[in-house]
Amino acid sequence: MTTRVGVVTFPGSLDERDAQRAVKLAGAEPVALWHGDKSLRQVDAVILPGGFSYGDYLRCGAIARFSPVMETIIEEARAGLPVLGICNGFQMLCESHLLPGALTRNDHLHFICRDQRLRVENADTAWTRDYAEGDEITVPLKNGEGGYVADERTLDELEAEGRVVFRYLGGNPNGSRRDIAGVTNAAGNVVGLMPHPEHAVEALTGPTTDGLAFFTSVTTSVLRKLVA
Amino acid sequence: MPGTSPALDTVKHAASTPQTAQPWAELGLKQDEYERIREILGRRPTGAELAMYSVMWSEHCSYKSSKVHLRQFGEKAPASDALLVGIGENAGVVDVGQGYAVTFKVESHNHPSYIEPYQGAATGIGGIVRDILAMGARPVAVMDPLRFGAADHPDTRRVLPGVVAGIGGYGNCLGLPNIGGEVVFDPCYQGNPLVNALCVGVMRHEDIHLAKASGTGNKVILYGARTGGDGIGGVSVLASETFDDDGKPAKRPAVQVGDPFQEKLLIECTLEVFAEKLVAGIQDLGGAGLSCATSELASAGSGGMRVDLDAVPLRDSSLSPEEILMSESQERMCAVVEPDKVDRFLEICAKWDVIATVIGEVTDGDRLEIFWHGEQIVDVPPRTVAHEGPVYERPYARPAWQDALQADDPARLPRPADGDALRAQVLQVVASPNQAAKTWITAQYDRYVLGNTVLAQPEDSGMIRVDEETNLGVAIATDGNGRYAKLDPYAGAQLALAESYRNVAATGARPLAVTDCLNFGSPEDPAVMWQFAETTRGLADACRTLGTPVTGGNVSLYNQTGDTAIHPTPVVGVLGVIDDVTRRTPMAFAEEGQLLYLLGDTAEEFGGSAWSQVVHGHLGGLPPRVDLERERLLAEILIAASRDGMIDAAHDLSDGGLIQAVTESCLRGGKGARLVVPDGLDAFTFLFSESAGRAIVAVPRGEEVRFTDMCRARALPATRVGVIDGDAVEVQDAFTIGLAELREAHERTLPGLFA
Repeated sequence: MTTRVGVVTFPGSLDERDAQRAVKLAGAEPVALWHGDKSLRQVDAVILPGGFSYGDYLRCGAIARFSPVMETIIEEARAGLPVLGICNGFQMLCESHLLPGALTRNDHLHFICRDQRLRVENADTAWTRDYAEGDEITVPLKNGEGGYVADERTLDELEAEGRVVFRYLGGNPNGSRRDIAGVTNAAGNVVGLMPHPEHAVEALTGPTTDGLAFFTSVTTSVLRKLVA
Repeated sequence: MPGTSPALDTVKHAASTPQTAQPWAELGLKQDEYERIREILGRRPTGAELAMYSVMWSEHCSYKSSKVHLRQFGEKAPASDALLVGIGENAGVVDVGQGYAVTFKVESHNHPSYIEPYQGAATGIGGIVRDILAMGARPVAVMDPLRFGAADHPDTRRVLPGVVAGIGGYGNCLGLPNIGGEVVFDPCYQGNPLVNALCVGVMRHEDIHLAKASGTGNKVILYGARTGGDGIGGVSVLASETFDDDGKPAKRPAVQVGDPFQEKLLIECTLEVFAEKLVAGIQDLGGAGLSCATSELASAGSGGMRVDLDAVPLRDSSLSPEEILMSESQERMCAVVEPDKVDRFLEICAKWDVIATVIGEVTDGDRLEIFWHGEQIVDVPPRTVAHEGPVYERPYARPAWQDALQADDPARLPRPADGDALRAQVLQVVASPNQAAKTWITAQYDRYVLGNTVLAQPEDSGMIRVDEETNLGVAIATDGNGRYAKLDPYAGAQLALAESYRNVAATGARPLAVTDCLNFGSPEDPAVMWQFAETTRGLADACRTLGTPVTGGNVSLYNQTGDTAIHPTPVVGVLGVIDDVTRRTPMAFAEEGQLLYLLGDTAEEFGGSAWSQVVHGHLGGLPPRVDLERERLLAEILIAASRDGMIDAAHDLSDGGLIQAVTESCLRGGKGARLVVPDGLDAFTFLFSESAGRAIVAVPRGEEVRFTDMCRARALPATRVGVIDGDAVEVQDAFTIGLAELREAHERTLPGLFA
């Protein structure tokens, strides 16, 4: 059977087609989900794509978090559904309190688009199983509000529990605390990161194909769960 | 209450009060233009009619000074099978094969961007994107040719960061990759920055939509943002005349404010109504707002149109009917829809949270009639507003100073005496603001979104994959060199086209069509008008020779402060097609051992060159010689070599000459190059000459014979000038510059000025 991965479109979503393409290239089936529908159409996993939901004129992701589809996603994520938030999706996951911390304006105050090196710190989440801990990957980064912040105690906890999933290498691009690029919840099914793995799945259009393993990892995770 | 103002100037009232004085001069109309309006209508115009005519007959909307010259683009257009829609619509449409059509256009937003850099540049993107959308296409990429005053001028520090943030803020939020453009600094743009914006869109042939209103009884639907008081220019004159007593502020901001989120919804919503074939005609609202959209739709259609202005959703309920007609509020579109499709149209708009309102219908008459509170305030033949505005044959004359300028030959300028001096000048040129890396700017633009960007800045052209199965793609480049055009506007226009054409070919794509943005000073100055006439003549002639028709574009005049005009600055965009984007040729020198070949002839040509500007602050002489047949041959070679895998990298040679191209290609690939000065040339000319019709290519050793045989058979000079090697750029018997030092020089300049 093919893993069905839902990709949500919010008003202002921009990278949903890219996420769908990445899912397809990884051998899974992309399923379009709409912000106004509560139904997840029986998908095995969900991606919250990048973009500027509702224009992000308020705090990024703050309005999207209250959309009907998010009610179901929050509930299902707590029950173990694999959920990946990329960029704006990461911001939504923080606003939903599925992940700790928040994303603030880049410390240099500019939008930045660049090919970003990352180190995989945790290869034991639903979305990183096909990596090895310590792998170095390069995927595009593009955002204006990507500075990851949390209080010191939370940061210590994240570190102690191995919940920092990715760290920036070769220079911190936005002032994120402890160079954190992505984190996971305690169960490892919800992952959020600012860089865009869905833009690094084809040699023709991306800097690398390093991002593809996100989308194969989730199939591995879903199958493993079925077997278990 | 403004709404119940007794001063409402109805058609009936106008007919009975012929003597009423009207503020036509304040609205920018000339006396004879006002008389002509009275003649057309057989009475004095109402306030609303006067407002409509005044904006639609403005230079910006009517092209009254430029029209007589722009006709050449049609008259001299080469026969082209590729052109599906030509000049006159929102944008031209080009057949790129496999059932796909591509539409593209470049436009200016110069004046607003000087006054309010962020919003001016942002709404420039918004406007050009709606033009492309209105043709039926999904916008797929944007590009921005930008020109600013001196890089170290304090006002450039105000304008540039705002413009760049505005382009990024709006374009990034729309989800359109920014794939290229230009950034040029020159004191002549001080106070008159040029902010041009290009958008490209893709559709299937059968999805082309046109701006016309036909079919009696069809509904006119205004959808998108509410109408507010922003962007009302001269109309505030009318408003203040009418409403002074209410103490309402007479002056409103003339620069519009953009809402990219609204535009993103408008794009998705419009594409969905297109997909369900609900649209009979469509027009975006840009300059001159509802006046422009209603009169153009009605003018191009077969019937008349009746509009009820009370139905227009407003942000500000105190707006007068004149202001509603003139408002340039952004993110609005106007569609003509058959009655039985209206419900579904409104349903799709609701799905996207887009406000949509039926504001009128197509009538069987031939008049555009507009009502306010049940009273008629406009009754005009729409063609007289939209398409039959005044046309001027402005006087033009070659300026007296042109001869002296051309006689000031750069041959008199001292050249570097030895290898050390040459080395120092190379570093000076590649670090100068115009020649330095633009990464600080382009890193603020999303180039990845949509996942089809094959090439983006600083590559020679931006390239987008159109079909993920077949790998069909398009490439676009924009170029213009105001310094060349100042020396010789006819040649300058041709050089702009030649460079853009060459850039497209250098990436492996076949040039098909042209869009242009013609930025000039005041048309009332005969010298400027001469530059304009020469430019259009040069461009039209060159388009005919190269077989690339002009499909549309924009003219921006009055780019001057006092008596000082900008350099004549034609910006030319060329669209090309490539059958297989995996065959693209990038610019990076990445493989050690590959051979570098210089294609074309190098002569001592330094007029208008980067070297003369950077080292000597000089502008004089003649620009490089134009040889369009050579350009065509070079393009054919570059395309064939790309298709057949004979070259791994190519870079066009233009401003800064060969050393500029080598610097960019080496830094891009992270590899050095050893260069040898060819026989018959000195090192200085070899490195800095800006002769046109040239490119440098990297040839894998196994392909050398095949490649040089092809060049020989086609009689294109191909000279082996070096090899990719090491971690320095070395010019034999002259100098060596390590890549790290070169990178430092090339990449530090812009962050140093603006970060």
